[in-house]
Amino acid sequence: MEEKKSLLRKPGFQTLLASVLCAILGIIIGFFILLAMNPEHAAEGMFAILRNFFKYSNNPTNLMYYLGSTLVKAVPLILCSEAILFAFKTGLFNIGCAGQYTVGIIASLYTAIALQWNWFFCVLAAILAGALWGAICGFFKAYCNVNEVIAGIMLNWISLYLCNIILGNKTVMNTTKSETYDLVAKNKGGLLPGFLSGLFGNNQYMTIAVPLTVVLAIAILFVLNKTVFGYELKATGHSKDAAKYAGMNAKRNIILSLVISGAIAGLAASFYYLTGIEHYKIASSVPGMGFSGIAVAFLGGLHPIGAIFAGIFVEYITLGGQYLNTNYYNPQVADLMIAIIIYLCGFVLFFKTIINRPGKVKTNANAEPENKTAGNAADKKEV
Amino acid sequence: MGLLIQYTLIFSAVLILVALGGMFSERSGIINLGLEGIMVFGAMAGAMVMVLLPETASKGTIIILTLVAAAVCGMLASLLIAVACINFNADQTLIGTALNMLATAAATVIIKAFNTARSNGTDFSAKLDYIRGHDAFVFDAFGIQLSWFIVVAVILLVVAIIVFYKTKFALRLRSCGEHPQAAESVGISVYAMRYAGVLISGFLAGIGGIIYIAAANSTWHFDYGVAGAGFLSLAVMIFGQWKPERIAWSAILFAVFRSLSNVYMGIGFLHALPISGTVYNIMPYVISLLVLAFTSKNSRAPKAEGIPYDKGQR
Repeated sequence: MEEKKSLLRKPGFQTLLASVLCAILGIIIGFFILLAMNPEHAAEGMFAILRNFFKYSNNPTNLMYYLGSTLVKAVPLILCSEAILFAFKTGLFNIGCAGQYTVGIIASLYTAIALQWNWFFCVLAAILAGALWGAICGFFKAYCNVNEVIAGIMLNWISLYLCNIILGNKTVMNTTKSETYDLVAKNKGGLLPGFLSGLFGNNQYMTIAVPLTVVLAIAILFVLNKTVFGYELKATGHSKDAAKYAGMNAKRNIILSLVISGAIAGLAASFYYLTGIEHYKIASSVPGMGFSGIAVAFLGGLHPIGAIFAGIFVEYITLGGQYLNTNYYNPQVADLMIAIIIYLCGFVLFFKTIINRPGKVKTNANAEPENKTAGNAADKKEV
Repeated sequence: MGLLIQYTLIFSAVLILVALGGMFSERSGIINLGLEGIMVFGAMAGAMVMVLLPETASKGTIIILTLVAAAVCGMLASLLIAVACINFNADQTLIGTALNMLATAAATVIIKAFNTARSNGTDFSAKLDYIRGHDAFVFDAFGIQLSWFIVVAVILLVVAIIVFYKTKFALRLRSCGEHPQAAESVGISVYAMRYAGVLISGFLAGIGGIIYIAAANSTWHFDYGVAGAGFLSLAVMIFGQWKPERIAWSAILFAVFRSLSNVYMGIGFLHALPISGTVYNIMPYVISLLVLAFTSKNSRAPKAEGIPYDKGQR
């Protein structure tokens, strides 16, 4: 008992516990939604979402193929959330991530299809484009005091329309279908090199993007926690004025933080579109990846490694929606579940305050059941 | 030209209402990034009412019930923000983002289920047709087609301006957005004021949502949400420096450009220019970004917005 208590006091464990709790609660609420829609098939539907691609478990090739697809689709999500949490450590809410991702799409697809560049330079172009977009936002924030959320939202829309103009060009887009040409047919050199695709059931979309994402997450963790630069960024985030007083260049830090964040978002776009798994279609709203990244970042407890697991989990549930029997449910139920989980993440702070409250002070009667559920969840985890 | 005015009026009605909603919420100290989601909920409720009302319903009933449904549903949606951000000190940007995701997903699921049930499993789309409801709002005046929605928006704008500048309530609301501890010390309930602010924003954004989908269209695909109108309104609000009359002007500016992109084909000299319609879409964003850059040095954002209220803090 004593041991568990000390474990419960660790901030890292609390974050993990809170996220897991959010996920479990979200799934339970999702089940109630299924019940409300069609009570007879609710259990079956929930099972389909959760079992997901494991339904192919008797066929290892298929199983690995779909596991690979989930990982490939989780990559941009994870990278976007890394971008957001990186800026968040500097106290910046980079909602402009969606726009930085969009210019990443422009740069990577235009250079790959219209200019026929090699993949390496396409990725580089996407990184630079994202960084530039982040720099614009950072410049406005640092020198003109424009709120980064608003500047970000404006830049999101500008990037969307730019994307529709540039990628709407005949050299890039099949105008009859209003989607970009297949990368495989147009420029094989623009595709990212494969990675262990044999292991993943010959999944041709399995590329070096997957391992590089993990490497990048570790690098971010290192930069934030072990370098002077990371410390300065965090200090600026805690208190801009104090950081300035301590001799740090707050303006430079703000811009740099958004530049790096934008670069990661641009990278995310290139790591997704250069696998050839999806074509860009003319859209009337900003790609949602950047916004989902916000969600994943928070679900992952704003930790670079946590974001990996959160990203895979979110993608797993989202794709799980496709396994629902469409006679009774529609796949968007899975999106709804994800949204509920994210909403619940907002309560994490409150949850932590309750755990950390000194034992003898029990003013709030409502706190009791919360505590119990927390304890139960902890028990389950340890089993 | 008539078409341009017509579209401008509709877009400005939407932007004014939603931006005013955002203003009341931020003035009370809660950043409402979920306006987009609230609009979707309001739009969905309003559209459902228009579809479900019997053929025999009079125009007046349709108008009133649609608006009430949209407003009530918007307020319910805003409660999600209020409870999380006011009582549970949740991160306001996170909750707003979550609400946006939630709204689009929920609307798609609900409308799809509704269509499936209505059509006995032949129609799986997330689309609603409400041509009758749309027509109920239309009337002709001054040689152009107008909509009752615009009248509603004008009335609400006037009410908002009066409430904002002339009442004790608004003064209290604003004090909670500037310095909640000071407000509490003179006996103002910060929680109540913030609830009021968020609920007003829900009310206005809900109505804004139904106007957005029903004033110029008679069908709507709910899987698109409201295509960023909520975020645009936030920009309008900041452009308007959190003041109702300035919000109205900036909303009209945005609306003019937004409608230009819709109707520039019909205007001779604009059509002759070698500019694609997309450029007109970009204009409001570029202009507002530049204007913000020049005006934000002394931005008048409420000081305590985005910070959860902590009674013990000094």
